[in-house]
This record gives sequence, C-alpha cells and structure tokens, in this order.
Amino acid sequence: MTELVATSPGLFPLPDWAKSDLSDLKGHQKDDLISGDESEAIVGVYDEAREEVVSDQLDTGLDRVVEGQLRWDDMLAHPLAVHDNVETGGIVRYYDNNNFYRDPRVTGELTFSGDVAAELESAATLAGETPLQAVLPGPYSLAELASNEHYDGETDFLAAVGDFLAAEVEAFPEHETLFLLDPSLVTDAPSDDVAELVPEAIDAVAGSTDADVVVHTYWGALDEKTYAHLMDADVEAIGFDFVAGDREQTLYNLNEYGAKDDVALGLADGQNTLVEDPETIRERVDWVNDQIQANEFDTAYLTTNTEPFYLPVNKHQEKLSALAAAADLESEVEA
Amino acid sequence: MSRNAENREQFRPHDHESEHFLLTTVVGSYPKPKWLNRSKELADDEASKFDAEDLEEAYDDASRVITHEHENAGLDTVVDGEMRREEMVEYFAHRIPGYEFNGPVKVWGHNYFDKPSVASEVEYDEPWLVDEFEFTTNVAEKPVKVPITGPYTLARWSFNEAYDTEADLAYDLADLVNQEVEKLVEAGARYIQIDEPALATTPDDHAIVGECLERIVDGIPEEVRIGLHVCYGDYSRIYPEINDYPIDEFDVELCNGGYEQIDVFTDPEFEPDLALGVVDVHTAEVESVEEIKENIKEGLKVVPPERLTVSPDCGVKLLPREVAYRKMENMVTAAREVEAELDAGEIDVTAPTPQAD
Repeated sequence: MTELVATSPGLFPLPDWAKSDLSDLKGHQKDDLISGDESEAIVGVYDEAREEVVSDQLDTGLDRVVEGQLRWDDMLAHPLAVHDNVETGGIVRYYDNNNFYRDPRVTGELTFSGDVAAELESAATLAGETPLQAVLPGPYSLAELASNEHYDGETDFLAAVGDFLAAEVEAFPEHETLFLLDPSLVTDAPSDDVAELVPEAIDAVAGSTDADVVVHTYWGALDEKTYAHLMDADVEAIGFDFVAGDREQTLYNLNEYGAKDDVALGLADGQNTLVEDPETIRERVDWVNDQIQANEFDTAYLTTNTEPFYLPVNKHQEKLSALAAAADLESEVEA
Repeated sequence: MSRNAENREQFRPHDHESEHFLLTTVVGSYPKPKWLNRSKELADDEASKFDAEDLEEAYDDASRVITHEHENAGLDTVVDGEMRREEMVEYFAHRIPGYEFNGPVKVWGHNYFDKPSVASEVEYDEPWLVDEFEFTTNVAEKPVKVPITGPYTLARWSFNEAYDTEADLAYDLADLVNQEVEKLVEAGARYIQIDEPALATTPDDHAIVGECLERIVDGIPEEVRIGLHVCYGDYSRIYPEINDYPIDEFDVELCNGGYEQIDVFTDPEFEPDLALGVVDVHTAEVESVEEIKENIKEGLKVVPPERLTVSPDCGVKLLPREVAYRKMENMVTAAREVEAELDAGEIDVTAPTPQAD
C-alpha cells in the first residue's frame, strides 16, 4: 500500500497583512526587493508571517511543514538573488507567468551563503514534532534563471550551482524531506550535453543530506530524453504535474523508463482558485497508480503542481486542507 | 492584415511646428496624487463623513489634474492617468458580471493585484469607460486616448473556474470589449488602445489574440485608431504574426531592454505603425533629452517617421509623480527636436528596407 504524504512545494503567498506591511516597509521598486541584510522591522514582519504559515500548516494536518519561503521575492531565483557575488539586473519574466524577478547576474564565485539555512532554522523551531521539508530550486532551474558572467560555459556553471546548493543544504537543520523544484527541466529542456550533467548536479545536492530528496517538475511533462537522464539521479522521488502537464507523456515516461520508489504527484492546481475535493484528489492518486504497470509506489507526496504563491491566501489554504484530507481518506480506507 | 488606416493626422496639433510629426502619447496609468489615496481611505472609513459622492468628486479632481499634467508635458494625445482604475484587470472585472474576488496575489516584489476568478459566464452590463472618457474629453484640449485591458489579458490574468478553455473565455470577453468600443466611439473616442501584456507571457497564443482583435474591431470605423500594447516579452515569438492583426499601431516597451530586440521587427517589413517605448518605467532616473532622442532613432530602424509614435515603455504609475512628469516632458522635447532634425534632413532615415522575396 502506498503511503500518502500531504505536503506542498513551498513558496507560499504572504499573509495579506504582511503583504501590506512589507509594501510599506520595503517599497515597490526593483531596488526595494530582498537583499539578505534587511532591517529589524522587516525581519520582524517575516518572523511573524513565518510563524503564521507554519502554524496554519500544523492546523491543516499536513504531513510535512515548509518554511513558506516568504522572503523569496525573486521566487526560485532567490538563493542567488541575495548572494554577495551576484548582481541583480533588470526585472525579467518568471517562466510564462505574469510574475517577474530580478535577473541574477553571477559575477563571481558562488561561495557559501547560509541565507536559506537561517530561514529553515527558524521554521524548524516552530514545526515541533511535524517533520520539516526543505525547499530549494533544482540546480538546472536555478542556473537557467540566472545569467552566468563568471564561469566558463553552461556546463561549468551548472556544476557550480550544484556545488553551491550542496553547501547550502549541508548547513540546513535536520529535515525529513528536501524538495528541489525544477520546472526548467520541462519548460527549457536541457540540450544533450547538459542533460547528462543534470543528474550529477542533483546528486551533489542530494549527497549533502540524509533527507528524502524529491525533484519536482511542473508546467508540463518532461520530454523522454530528459526523463531518462533524470532517472540516473540518486534521489528518492521525481515529482510530476498532473494538472497542467501532458499526462500521457508522463505516464509513457514512467512506464517506459521506470520510476523511483517514491513519487510526488502535483494533483491540485496551484494556479487556479477552483478548489479540488479531497475525493477528487484521491481518485487522481488511484488513477495514476492504476496507470503505472511496473510498480506500486512506496510513498506518494500529494501536492499542488506548482508553487502556491499565485493563489489568494483563502484558496491556497483550502487547497492545503484538501490535500491533507485526501491523504487522510487513504488511512480511513485502510482502517 | 493591419488596418493601415490613415487616421494618424487627426492627432497632429493645429500649431505643430515641424513638417514631420511623431505622435507623442502615453500608455495610460500615472501616479495618483497622494490626497486621492487619502480620500479613498476616508471613504472606506465608516466613521468618516467623507462619502461615496465626495470620493467621486475626488476622482474627478484627480482626473482633471492629471489630464492637465499630460497636456502641460506637451503630449499630443492624453489620458487621465487612469485615476479611477486601481489595477488593469480588477477595474474591468468589477464591472463584468461573472467575476468574483478572493484577495490579492503577487505580481512581482511587493506589487500585488486582486486577481479575480471567473465563476460563471461573463456578461455585459453597464458601460465600463464611457463616463471616464466623457469626463476626460471635457476637461482636455488634446485628443483623449482610451486604454482598455484586452480580452486575452482579462482571461489569462483571471482564474478560470467556469469555461472549458481560456480561449473560450477570451472570445466571450472580446465580444464584450467590442460592445464597449462601440459605445466609446459613439461618445466620440477616436483613439483606443487594447492592452495585452499577457500575450508576452504566452506568445504561442498569438492566434487567440488575433481572433480576439478581429472580434473587437468588428464594425468599428477606420477613422478610429486602434493600438495594441504589449510589454516585457520575447518578441521573436510573436513576430511577424502581429503583422496579421487588424490594428493601426503596435505599442511595445523596448527601452528597459536597451533595444536589444529592435531588429526582430525589421524583417519582414513591419506593417502597422510602431509606437515605441522611449523611457524606462522601472527606473526613477529621468532620461536626458539626448538619450531619449537616441531611443527614438531606434524606432526609425523599423518604420519611417510618419509611422512612428513615441511613448513611455508602459504605464508609469509606480514612479514618483515628479519623475513621471519629467520623463514625459523630456520625451516630448526629444520628439520635437527629432522632428526638427528630420525636417532639416539631419537624420538619416535608413528604415525600413523592404525585403525582396
């Protein structure tokens, strides 16, 4: 029987009061975005907001708690955007969304930062007994989101980003799961010479934690070749978008090239306010399991397909509740 | 197929000094006077005596002030700075039955909007912009341009809970926009700008936007100038397809990117008029007249002067008001100087070079 774990990919919407307070404290221009050395007043707002979103997750009954990545003004580009050897350029579009981030221009060596580890420390204290889930961009996506002005070519840069993330993870407090969000593997599939280096970069990150590592992909299905390479990565699970993705392609990949023992299933739409019923989510889990011929997954992480910061807070919370309830339905069925 | 309407001349001021005429305009939004924001807070405060009627008066005052500010900057066509609009999707969604609101969502940094959800089929009820247009045109001496958020963007930047596809929703909305444009034209509007920033996010949908535009211009007379504004995208993905759109003018931001993409529009030959962003709206640094003149000349790589319109990259509402004003003022000065230099034959007009095929 597959164990169902209700979780999320992190990158939550800020509580509305924090949106407003931080607008006032920080401003609206690109120079006002997070720098990594924010004032005490700003830190205070983020602390309070973090406490709220962690407490919400505990109340909802999710099986993993994320920090919420509320400071990540630049979304998945955040770990580089606050780095000392990175200059933030013009604002650029975040994938094919009506969202923007500062182009991180890497102008020097990607030395250890510790920014994300510090956030996670705060969340770990708040999470209590509930297992903590760390969230980072996958090395390929982070490299794709950035501009390389320092390393010698695309492959060196990917390796450097992998090593950078690995060092960040080493500084993390204890965590049960690490989600590496890697949508660029879908939206901008790596060329042949890069594709074979993707699993190496992921292994560098995965090798620096004892946690279960999930490489989560979204905004479509992975192409066949990218998936085949990704299967070489030494991770516990790969995540798939069953909302916006081409399901036939995803199932084809899974049946043709096999699957990891665990899986993450993006089953609730992180970009639409229509809230799924827990029963619908459960049906989708069963449907996926029925379509996979080779094996039954040991663990399936139930999540929204994308980061949920696209949603208004009320619908985001309803979706987390639906995911938690969907996972609980399973145990009731078992019992 | 571009409309190629000869409707630009109606915007040339009577006292225009040069023979050449670069139509100067704005994309639409402008920083609101601080007292207007305060007025809105007061109107929301139940303890205050300031009521909805007072707020209407405040909107009128703000529209008057900003329209005049546009005229003082010397613009050939003006807008009221969208004083009555909080956000480009919200404003319309509040007026279209079928929409509902759940709360703000992030666009970038700490810029949010109340992204609405389409919970049932959309319908046309009361006019959206006719009152705004009539007020502005009454206080303005210059022709008034009306920016309208396009149906594709209204669809794409909403959560769709009700339609099978986003395209179905966009087409229904396009029919509503067509009704609104008809009413605006009846009220005297001659310059309509359809804002479709969402096209830049999903360029593969250019055919959906094309079909929306066909619906919007259906039955609209040729003397009405129809512009399309798009911003912050990879234009190689929608060019040359936009040449097939039924528009008079394509308005694009390129200043922010240092005109890296200007060459995209040179081959094949650009069909509509070009409205080019020549000042950056994301930096509070005011470009000098000289710098803006160089930016204007970038546009001459794509179209000849008689088909070039100049404007800021995008709406300027996030800039400090003084900065917004100085950018417009310098932009107009730059345009007038370029016109004089064109008259004197001092600028080599190299574009466009039609491709033989």
